[in-house]
Amino acid sequence: MSELSKLTITEARDALRKGDVTSVELTQSCLNAIDAADALGAFVHKTPEIAMERAAAADAQIKSGDAPDMCGIPVGIKDLFCTQGAPSQAASKILEGFLPEYESTVSGKLKDAGAVMLGKLNMDEFAMGSSNETSVYGNAINPWRGAGSDTALTPGGSSGGSASAVAADLCLAATGTDTGGSIRQPAAFTGTVGLKPTYGRCSRWGIVAFASSLDQAGPMTKTVRDAAIMGAAMMGHDAKDSTSMDIPVPDFEAMLTGDIRGKVIGIPKEYRMEGMPAEIEKLWSDGAAMLKDAGAELRDISLPHTKYALPAYYVIAPAEASSNLARYDGVRFGYRAALSQGDGITEMYEKTRAEGFGDEVKRRVMVGTYVLSAGFYDAYYNRARRVRALIKRDFDEVFAAGIDAILTPATPSAAFELGKEVADPVEMYLNDVFTVTVNLAGLPGIAVPTGLDANGLPLGLQLIGRPWEEGELLNAAYALENAAGFVAKPNKWW
Amino acid sequence: MSIDIETAAKVAKLARIKVEAEDLPALAGEFNAILGFIEQLNELDVDDIEPMTSVTPQRLKQRDDVVTDGNQQTAVLANAPEAREGFFAVPKVME
Repeated sequence: MSELSKLTITEARDALRKGDVTSVELTQSCLNAIDAADALGAFVHKTPEIAMERAAAADAQIKSGDAPDMCGIPVGIKDLFCTQGAPSQAASKILEGFLPEYESTVSGKLKDAGAVMLGKLNMDEFAMGSSNETSVYGNAINPWRGAGSDTALTPGGSSGGSASAVAADLCLAATGTDTGGSIRQPAAFTGTVGLKPTYGRCSRWGIVAFASSLDQAGPMTKTVRDAAIMGAAMMGHDAKDSTSMDIPVPDFEAMLTGDIRGKVIGIPKEYRMEGMPAEIEKLWSDGAAMLKDAGAELRDISLPHTKYALPAYYVIAPAEASSNLARYDGVRFGYRAALSQGDGITEMYEKTRAEGFGDEVKRRVMVGTYVLSAGFYDAYYNRARRVRALIKRDFDEVFAAGIDAILTPATPSAAFELGKEVADPVEMYLNDVFTVTVNLAGLPGIAVPTGLDANGLPLGLQLIGRPWEEGELLNAAYALENAAGFVAKPNKWW
Repeated sequence: MSIDIETAAKVAKLARIKVEAEDLPALAGEFNAILGFIEQLNELDVDDIEPMTSVTPQRLKQRDDVVTDGNQQTAVLANAPEAREGFFAVPKVME
């Protein structure tokens, strides 16, 4: 039964319904795969007891004939989600030993739907990073390797463990979160599908906060149909998050017709970056041709403020992070530094935060502190918020002009070597150049694998949709997925 | 705007993160690299643009101003590095 972990959510759901397989068998297959894959660094806290207990309960519910789609499906949960009684430390030393007394709304919804939590997944510390190299647990590793190479590659970040686990078939799907590209970039680096919903679709309650106006949870899956199924189970209004939207969540799966005839797909000229690799350029034009063949109309569009998205993000996200991370003070939860004779409360704060946070987190907290400090608030923070309004206006205008979805590359390159970009934070930030605009404008975006580069590494395209229209977006992604026919899998070396 | 060592020390203090004196020059250098990247925002004329407060045009929901939760002292203190007699315990705050 070792192959069961390779199933998609859709296949597993149908097999469970038919009685061809049990959730206990599926779950055991995943747990075996996880135990054999420590070299990937994907699962950082395994919860086999919770998993087997929930799997047995799911089997009973399925037998009763009244089970939601996610019932009995084994999934991994990013370490950023607070899960009751299971370690949840946002890959940070400062939350070492933290055992939440509560369950995040999103992981709780999955649990209530009968999904089986296998464990917690690696990530960049506090979701700050694009390579999963800032984690206190160490690196997560991409199951993909270049042809004839044994060089370890990044699975991307911040949801690197989630992407690695899904690509390596350690679980059927995983949760991710996306503040600037943290679902879509790792999905593109691992040949998987990653959906960032519209801001406000998923409750942020119980998810460790990074940048509250940008953070959004979403599914990371093997197929677009799986993203539709799991996404619907994660979304919905929650009174505990005042920014969560009180509108119905449609049956996304029922909207997957693959028919996109007459839809207008925008191709933004500003995403044709200088120095863009020819392979990415070709992937993009091939994807556009596929959508055209499927009956969509292509239209060249302009999003003139695109180049200002990353600099605006690197003001707004650190500003919000410096405020959100102020709570880690060694008083209420997590790590407290050992103090010297005579140390008072200020020394406790300063030592705890110096020892508990990693370098990138400290860097962003301090940048955020600076841009919010007296005398600089207007010049940096308020200016960035004005630029953010312009970036959103760019999208509003193209959607008003009749564009249904926008097609762009998901990343500027394929997965890169671990350790390669650590030295230069600004170089690392450029990974999010195609994804960050979507967070600033609060839009839904999805990464779909559509090809391989010359080294045999997966590459993905991004589709961006209108706000709240994840169903339409998923259908366009489904059409792209069908046309691209991406079926490659990493060769098992771990 | 260039950040000197003194400013870097001030920011670290404001953020309540201890930074050793010998690490301040490197920190100031990193700040300058990031702020240099951010400087591009000055190319835009944004005088007539309102700063964005919410990306979705919705009024935040309100609820009745009543107690909805409470009596969870044990759960609240369960993760404290140090708790005593129902309180969080910290080093002395005042001389």
